[in-house]
Amino acid sequence: MKILVPIKRVADPDNASKLKVSGDGTAVTSEGLEWKMNPFDDWSLEAALRLTENAAEKNARVGEVVLVSIGPNDEHTQRIIREGLAKGAERGILVEAEDGSLDSGVVAAILKALVDKESPDLVVMGKQAADGDSNVAGTVLADKLGWPVINYAMKIKTNDDGKTLEVQRELDTGVATVKVTGPAILTTSDRILQTDSVKNGVTPDDHQYAKLEVGGRYASLKGIMQAKKKPIDTTSVADLGVDAGKTLNYTKFELPPARSGETTFVEDVADLVDKLHNTAKVI
Amino acid sequence: MANVLVVAELLEGKARKTTLCAVTAAKQIAEGTGGSFDLLSIGEGAGAAADELAGYGAGKVLKAEIAGGYVCEKYAATVAEAGKDYDVIIACASAYGKDLLPRVAAKLDAGVASDISAVNVDGGKLSYTRPMYAGNVKGTVEITSDKQVVTVRQSEFDAAQASGGTSPVEDIAVTNDPVADKVEFVGVEVVKSERPDLSEADIVVSGGRALKSSENFTNVIEPLVDALGAAMGASRAACDAGYVAAELQVGQTGKVVAPKLYIAIGISGAIQHLAGMKGSKTIVAINKDKEAPIAQVADYFLVADLFDAVPALTEAVKSL
Ligand SMILES: Cc1cc2nc3c(=O)[nH]c(=O)nc-3n(C[C@H](O)[C@H](O)[C@H](O)COP(=O)(O)OP(=O)(O)OC[C@H]3O[C@@H](n4cnc5c(N)ncnc54)[C@H](O)[C@@H]3O)c2cc1C
Repeated sequence: MKILVPIKRVADPDNASKLKVSGDGTAVTSEGLEWKMNPFDDWSLEAALRLTENAAEKNARVGEVVLVSIGPNDEHTQRIIREGLAKGAERGILVEAEDGSLDSGVVAAILKALVDKESPDLVVMGKQAADGDSNVAGTVLADKLGWPVINYAMKIKTNDDGKTLEVQRELDTGVATVKVTGPAILTTSDRILQTDSVKNGVTPDDHQYAKLEVGGRYASLKGIMQAKKKPIDTTSVADLGVDAGKTLNYTKFELPPARSGETTFVEDVADLVDKLHNTAKVI
Repeated sequence: MANVLVVAELLEGKARKTTLCAVTAAKQIAEGTGGSFDLLSIGEGAGAAADELAGYGAGKVLKAEIAGGYVCEKYAATVAEAGKDYDVIIACASAYGKDLLPRVAAKLDAGVASDISAVNVDGGKLSYTRPMYAGNVKGTVEITSDKQVVTVRQSEFDAAQASGGTSPVEDIAVTNDPVADKVEFVGVEVVKSERPDLSEADIVVSGGRALKSSENFTNVIEPLVDALGAAMGASRAACDAGYVAAELQVGQTGKVVAPKLYIAIGISGAIQHLAGMKGSKTIVAINKDKEAPIAQVADYFLVADLFDAVPALTEAVKSL
């Protein structure tokens, strides 16, 4: 099975409260924040690796994961691709583009060109990027390809050598189960990190992965060494023959107003109840 | 002048309240630009839902009955076909809206402003405000394509009230999309609760990792939830550990809530959790650690062991 996993670099999401906005409000500046792999892509990479390995045999690779990052060709993008390679992906593609030239629609158009070229069985991608928080690109890509999309996958089981998948997807009202015939796009939910989320027909079905708290697996030392030799091809939007224009135009960015008022440390339960009942009047 | 189509969200044959939040945004767009709005009831039970939705002041209510469970591939072409007659296609940014509308947008070559918190109209020109970076930046965005596709954040738009009149209901044809044959809907397990819906409740009580078990949620958190007539929420750590259902997760990847009162119990206040609740009017934290980041947003902070404080709080609330 061949899987394409798009990965984006984002300003450290754990420190997003330190972001600033330029004086004229036309740009978000992330000075001082480290670039990180978008955590939602990291989860999807974890799913893709589980789909293409035998976890009972030291994660022996039985398929191919190709990483794609669209963005500036600099040390940060390179580092994030290397990080994914160190976790186990086989190769990377860096599509050179300026951040300002991209929106969800343009990203989908670029990914479509790459899918046409690479013919993967699946594209497993983050449901959103931790910067734009849009939740759009995966589904638009699916439609442009004429492929199905399964958003918010939390459990994936492959059948017929991976030609069909049974997927549970997380809704805000419950969980839906669907059977999908590939090739297809998947995006993932938090629960894809659970110990039994992926059954790929190679790893024994009863295998339990190590518990992951926040993101996907860490790279092993061996993985880090191997990643240095794995190929990263560079291409550009023009080379791919993509001339999609943006359909979104951000005119202004602002920081949300700071929360007004101080934190009152209450003495005890009685004090809390008094404040909520008599001061805030919310109970 | 922008004419708007609101895509209703049906659950078990009834329009979810999310639909009415999208109606509110649609009205703002229509009123601000001198346009009008219609509704589209689509899915299983679309007919009955359409009759119910006819009371909200839409020019008309379109309906398309589609049997079987929801998958976006089965609905998107029909919505897009109906959407050709409108300038803006809008729905709530629920899991449903975020799944369906981008596929509709792709068919209409439209840009998508997702999860908006405000509609802006300036001299007839539309733009939208949307939270980005887990709510740490607000962006204002214009959609430059012919058609605009928008999803709205439920906690930022009050549910529209019934307006009295009755909009005419019209059948529309279902457009088939060959891609729908690639997806088979097997089933859905809808999580039901007697309690108020998390996204709509006036009071939300959430528990975190510190609860340590689902029994403790049942024995410690639930009595307080019920004493307050609140909805129950949780941090991701609590959902991941299986203490409560994933649908109760509050945060960047869970639900975004803005109740009058939010009580965070044994929750540290990670940036991704704050993204889902910092719009609440009054925020209470109960935590052993007074340095926990939840203090950044808490109005009232009780430094205590939750296993002592919460039962006492429950009793005190009951005797109010
Ligand atoms: C991409 C991404 C998306 C995420 N999305 C979400 C999301 O949507 N929602 C979400 O919640 N998280 C989300 N997270 C996870 C988030 O970063 C935190 O890991 C999570 O919120 C922590 O949950 P917690 O506060 O329950 O646990 P902890 O951080 O472990 O906090 C437990 C707290 O309980 C206190 N405590 C312990 N024992 C007691 C006691 N006996 N009495 C009182 N207090 C006690 C501790 O002092 C501590 O403050 C996301 C993470 C990532 C990377």
